[in-house]
Amino acid sequence: MTTPAPLDKKIYTWNFKACAVIAGLAGLCLLWRFFFGIGSVSNMNDGYPWGIWIAYDVVIGTALACGGYAMALLVYVFNKGEYHPLVRPALMTSLFGYTLAGISVMIDLGRYWQAYNIFLPWRSNFHSVMFEVAVCIATYVMVLWVEFAPAILEKLKADALRAKLNRVIFVFIALGILLPTMHQSSLGTMMLMAGYKLSPLWRTGFLPLLFLLTALLVGYAIVMVESFICQAWFKTPSEMPLLSKIARFLPWLLGFYLVVRMESINLAGNIGLAFNGSLQGNMFLLENLLLIAAFVILVQPKNRVRPKMLFLSASAIVVGASLYRLNTYIIGFDPGTGWRYFPSMPELLITLGVVATEGMAYMWVVNKLPVLPKAEHA
Amino acid sequence: MKIERRDFLKGVLGGGLLLAADAGPAAGRSPGKELPPNAVGILYDATLCIGCQVCVGACKQANNMPPEHTAGTDPLWDNPRDLSASTMNIIKKYGSGDYPVKDTVAGYSFVKRHCMHCLDPACVSACPPSALRKNPDTGVVTYDKKACIGCRYCQIACPFNIPKFEWHSAAPLIVKCQLCSHLLAKGGISACCAACPTGASLFGRVEDLRQEAKRRLAMTPGQAYDFPVAHLGAKEFQSHKAGRYVQQVYGESEVGGTQYLLLAGVPFDKIGLPALPSESFVALADGIQYAIYKGMVYPLVVLGGLIYMIRKGEGNRH
Repeated sequence: MTTPAPLDKKIYTWNFKACAVIAGLAGLCLLWRFFFGIGSVSNMNDGYPWGIWIAYDVVIGTALACGGYAMALLVYVFNKGEYHPLVRPALMTSLFGYTLAGISVMIDLGRYWQAYNIFLPWRSNFHSVMFEVAVCIATYVMVLWVEFAPAILEKLKADALRAKLNRVIFVFIALGILLPTMHQSSLGTMMLMAGYKLSPLWRTGFLPLLFLLTALLVGYAIVMVESFICQAWFKTPSEMPLLSKIARFLPWLLGFYLVVRMESINLAGNIGLAFNGSLQGNMFLLENLLLIAAFVILVQPKNRVRPKMLFLSASAIVVGASLYRLNTYIIGFDPGTGWRYFPSMPELLITLGVVATEGMAYMWVVNKLPVLPKAEHA
Repeated sequence: MKIERRDFLKGVLGGGLLLAADAGPAAGRSPGKELPPNAVGILYDATLCIGCQVCVGACKQANNMPPEHTAGTDPLWDNPRDLSASTMNIIKKYGSGDYPVKDTVAGYSFVKRHCMHCLDPACVSACPPSALRKNPDTGVVTYDKKACIGCRYCQIACPFNIPKFEWHSAAPLIVKCQLCSHLLAKGGISACCAACPTGASLFGRVEDLRQEAKRRLAMTPGQAYDFPVAHLGAKEFQSHKAGRYVQQVYGESEVGGTQYLLLAGVPFDKIGLPALPSESFVALADGIQYAIYKGMVYPLVVLGGLIYMIRKGEGNRH
């Protein structure tokens, strides 16, 4: 079995430098945002108070960061120890994704310097869905750092501390499964509050379940996609046998999701809206066709051993489920008073900057810390 | 031992599904909210409104709001086009063609828009640090900038799109009508009602305003009646011919009822007030959250189960 090891390759590649440039430009836009207000850099408005900073950086970003959650569920709850090599890289992308989502929230909050108010017991609103999401995500970011700490302690050769941490880490692993289950479903409940402003194609009492399922689907799919990309870029050994195994149960999860997704709309008598040619209808179709395509590929056992098909279907899940979330937060949301929203350039640049920062952190960490499995011949 | 684990999993999954199934449209139904003991509000009668916008100016004066200059008109005038971070109260006009008869679908109508002060306010439910609160005595929905984190969830949640945000400020606030709470505290009434020359905006206890609204709906159109001015119980009355009312008090039952009530001569959806169910959208989200997180019992049980399974599996993995 391969053990994780630092890649020890050149860090400051052209890819890294390109990311640095984007992050730098985003930093300039951020200065603007903090001195002249959110409206000076973004197209968000009183009709669309949430734009891509929330919909992409937080709502989709944390789904993309659910690899750690999905793998932990598999390894620790379903007791499938053989997937263990996939846990650490997944945990790392979770750590980055969630940490950056937290930072994105601070960029998006108008009165960020008072953010701690949420956690003051006499101010906390236990009825607020967002309160629950905020507490869970904040706690989960800390839990992720503790879960990832062994990789850092290994590097620092702090073996005594590592042994101590190992004795209590089961509590953090358990929290690392409970917390995403809570806040990922609540991210769905959150948009129920929009009431009629959310199109019936997305508004259903099953929003929390559907958000939880997309978190898991994206979690497993992103682990596959990342594994393939690492193979191509960093020449890490193939993990095909493990990925094929994931691909065996993925269609069940995906099928269950699709049934709930379609039936919740159909039983409410709203499925006709999908075919009226509107942007909302077309986006609904696109979102679901991607997922159905992935389902069709994955139900055929022969496709589960073909790297190309696996990569294709996993990518379709990532894109389709992310679209589901984008649609729930932006496309399906219509305040109904002639408001329009499309992100501005600086607004997009800030989101790109967050992604670029994540990319740089990834490149640095996999080269310095024992995360990815190292090829035998290296 | 394997069986135990499987049974536990089944239990957890089953519980989760039950919760999800429970979360269907039938769940979380709460009875209509009751009025706070001293609920105050406003009754706006579009048939009495002459569109003079004195209330808009009075609101700005009472709340220190800046004038707004839109379009290329004379910059002398405050001419907001809609509610915004510098306009908490506005008179809007519905018009259809050139037909000059007021309060008819083919003609035109005014409408006054500001916070509805809902009985089950979505913004209050949504607000994570309780910056928006419903006063337990008067029912006024107030805003506390010291608590607000600027997340704008209130804007997403409000079915009337009332809260506005200062998009171009480094220290932005949420802006919305607070029924001149600072004037109420001194025994006064909201500035818009005090300024209204015709009694179209009428301040009062919500119970009394509801009765007054019912009285008007029962009037014979075209016949002269006395209408109170400024606030119910005031000495001043004006005689007007009763309008041809749409037989509905908007705000009596919409999203669980509101403390701002409206009467009009044209259907309310024509003047920007959507047809809404009598159940607030808060109830469904609240019902789901309550079912799952009541006393944190389910989460703690799941956490206990997870710890048990992780510890038990440790042997197998090493």
